[in-house]
Amino acid sequence: MKDLNTQENVVDTENVKIVARNVQVYYGDNHAIKDVNVEIEANTVTAFIGPSGCGKSTFLRCINRMNDTIDICRVEGDILIDGEDIYDRRVDPVQLRAKVGMVFQKPNPFPKSIFDNVAYGPRIHGLAQNKADLNIIVESALRRAAIWEEVKDRLDAPGTGLSGGQQQRLCIARAIATEPEVLLMDEPCSALDPIATAQVEELIDELRENYAVVIVTHSMQQAARVSQKTAFFHLGNLVEYGETAAIFTNPTDPRTESYITGRIG
Amino acid sequence: MGTTTIVILVILALTVLAYSVARNRALAGAGGDRRKLHSLPTYYGTNAAMFTGVPALGVLVIWLLAQPMMIESAVVKLIPDSVIAEGSSVGLVMSDVRRVANGLDIVIRSGGMTREAALALDTTTTDVRAALAAVGVALGSDVKPKVLSAAQAHRQQSSSGRVWMIGITLALALIGFAISVAISKPDFRARNTVERGILALLILAASLAVLTTVGIVFSMLFESINFFRLHPWTDFFFGPKWAPNFRGNSDLSILPLLWGTLYISAIALAVAVPIGLFAAIYLSEYAGAKVRSAAKPLIEILAGIPTIVYGLFALLTVGPMLVNIFGRGEDGLLGVEWMSGATAVLTAGLVMGIMLIPFVSSLSDDIINAVPQSLRDGSYGLGATQSETIRQVVLPAALPGIVGAILLAASRAIGETMIVVLGAGAIAKFSGNPLEAMTTITTRIVSQLTGDTDFASPETLVAFALGLTLFVLTLGLNIIALVIVRKYREQYD
Repeated sequence: MKDLNTQENVVDTENVKIVARNVQVYYGDNHAIKDVNVEIEANTVTAFIGPSGCGKSTFLRCINRMNDTIDICRVEGDILIDGEDIYDRRVDPVQLRAKVGMVFQKPNPFPKSIFDNVAYGPRIHGLAQNKADLNIIVESALRRAAIWEEVKDRLDAPGTGLSGGQQQRLCIARAIATEPEVLLMDEPCSALDPIATAQVEELIDELRENYAVVIVTHSMQQAARVSQKTAFFHLGNLVEYGETAAIFTNPTDPRTESYITGRIG
Repeated sequence: MGTTTIVILVILALTVLAYSVARNRALAGAGGDRRKLHSLPTYYGTNAAMFTGVPALGVLVIWLLAQPMMIESAVVKLIPDSVIAEGSSVGLVMSDVRRVANGLDIVIRSGGMTREAALALDTTTTDVRAALAAVGVALGSDVKPKVLSAAQAHRQQSSSGRVWMIGITLALALIGFAISVAISKPDFRARNTVERGILALLILAASLAVLTTVGIVFSMLFESINFFRLHPWTDFFFGPKWAPNFRGNSDLSILPLLWGTLYISAIALAVAVPIGLFAAIYLSEYAGAKVRSAAKPLIEILAGIPTIVYGLFALLTVGPMLVNIFGRGEDGLLGVEWMSGATAVLTAGLVMGIMLIPFVSSLSDDIINAVPQSLRDGSYGLGATQSETIRQVVLPAALPGIVGAILLAASRAIGETMIVVLGAGAIAKFSGNPLEAMTTITTRIVSQLTGDTDFASPETLVAFALGLTLFVLTLGLNIIALVIVRKYREQYD
C-alpha cells in the first residue's frame, strides 16, 4: 500500500507559486484531507479532479482560507504562497483573500449593477485613487474576463439580469478586478450550458498569462482541455499529480486509471 | 332541559343509529365479505351519519338564528308610535316587550299562572308588573296594554315557530336517515361521497374566516355611514379640532388624533428598527448556534407579553423615569421643567418601540437568513470583512424584505391600543413636543365607546368612522408590506 500514496513530483521548482506540506483538514471528527503535499506553479492551470467528496473543493478552499468561515473546520500543516505561510498568525485572512481570488460553482453576482459588482473589490481595498481610476480598473477587468463587449452599454443594469454564462464571467471579472495573484475556481462551469462553458474555458486559458489558476472540476474532458497539471484526489488523499497529458494517457497509480476509465467515481 | 336540546340529542342519536345501520346493511349486502364492497364499511356508516345529521343540524342552527329576527320584525309593527315615550326609542320598547314575554313564560313554568290565564291577561284587571316582579323579572314601568299585546304576539309566534322547527328538523333527519340507509349497497361509492363531505367542511371553515372579515368591514361601514349622516365629513377629515361634547355640537376631526398616532408610531419605529435590525444581524450573522438558539426565543418572549403589561410598564416605570430626567425642575437630572406628567408621546413611543423589537428582529432575521450563502462566500472570497459583507451585500439583498418587516411593525404601531391608553395621555392636539401628552385614534375609540353610550349620537358613532379609517390605514400598510415581501421572495427561490 505504501507506493499507492506516493506521487511523482514533476514540478519546475523555479516557478512554484503555492506549496502545501502535510496538509490535514478535519470537519469535526471527520478527517477530510489526509496528508496532502503539492506544489502549484505560476502561469499554469492546475486541475483538481476526483470523485465527489474526495476533498478537492475542501483543499481548494484551504488555499484562500475560506474554510475559516466554517466553525467546525480545522486545518493542519503548512500552505505557502511565495514562500509565506498563509496560516501564520500574522496573516490576515481577509488580506489573503484579496490576493487569492475565488470563483464559485454557481455564478453569484451581488444584487448590484454590473459596474458595482466589479468595483466591489477595488472599493473595499482602496485600489482606485479616484472615479476615473475605478472606471479603468472595471473596464480592464471586464475586458480580461471577455465580457466587456457584451455589457459595456449596460453597466448600470443589475448583474443578476445577465445569462448564466455572462454571470460567471462577471464573477471572474469581479475576482480579477481585485488584482489577485492566484485564481481559485470551484467547478466554475458546472451550472453553465456547453456554449457558456466553452467561453469560460477559453477565458481560463487566457488568464494563465497573469495568474496561477487552480480549477476544481468534475469533468475530466474539461481538465484535459484547460489544464497543464492535474491532481487526482481520492478519499482525501492526493493520489497522483503531474502533467495533464501524462495523467490522462499514462497514469502510474491504479486508482487514477480506474477513475479516468470510469470504474470508480 | 329545553326543547332545542332534546331535538339536538334526538338528531345525534339518529346519526349514530344511521352510522351503524348503514354500515351493517352494506356489509350484509356483500354477504359479510368486505372485499366485495366499493368502500370500507366505515365509509358507508360515515356517509349515512353525514346525511342524517348535517342537514338537520344545519337547518336547526339557521332557524335558531333567524327566528328571533323574524318575530322581532313582525312584532315591531304592532307597536304604535304613541307607545314610544319622549326620549325613548323603538329599541327600548322592544326590550320591554321581550322582557314581558320572557317573564310570562317564567310565570307559567313556575306554576304561578295557567297557560290560558296568561293568554287572557288584561292590564286593567291584573297588575302584570307585580306578577312578574314576584318571579324575579323587574320592569322599569307599568306594562302598557299595547306592550302586553305585543308580548303576547311575541310568545305566540315563538311557540308556534318552535313547533315548526322541531317538526322540520326531525323530518329532515328521518328523510336523510331513510335515503342514506337505502343507498348503502355494496356498489355505492361511499368513499367518494365522504371525500366530498370533507371538502365541503374545509371550504366552510375557510369561507367563515373570510366572511367574518367582510362582516366586520360592513358593520363598520354601516355605522360609519350613520355617523356621516349626522356629522359633516369635511369636519371629520379636515377639521382642526377634536372636542367631543355629549350635549352635541362637537368638533370631531381625525387630524389631531392621526397626528398623535403617527408621531407615537414614528418614535416607536425609531426605537424598534435600529435595535431590532442590529439584533437580527447579530443573531443571523455573528452569533454561534448556541447563542442563537438561546437568544432568539428570549427575544420572542417580548412578543408574547400582553400589551396591557407594556402599558403598565409605560405608566409606572418609563414615564416616571422620563419625568425624573426631563422634569421636576431643580430636583430632576437635567434640572429642567419640560415634562410635567408621566404620560407623554415619548413614554408611549419608547415602550411601543420595545414591544415592536421582536417583530422587526424576528422577521428581519428570517429574511437575512434567506439571503443565499453564495453571496456571502463571493464577498469573503474577494477579501471583504464580515461587516463589509453585511453592509454592502447582505443588507442590500435583504432590503425589500426588511422594508416589508418595518411596514408590518408600523401597522402594529398604528393599531396599538393599550400602551397608548395608559402611556400617551388624552389630550388631542397638534404639537411637536414629545414630552407632552397627546392622544391617538385607538385611545379615542376606547373612550368614545366606554361608559354610557348612545348609539344615535355622532359622538359615539365617530368611533366607527375612526375605526374604519384605522383599518384602511393598517390594511394599506399590510398590503404594501406583503407585496414587497413577495416580490423579494421571487428573487431568490
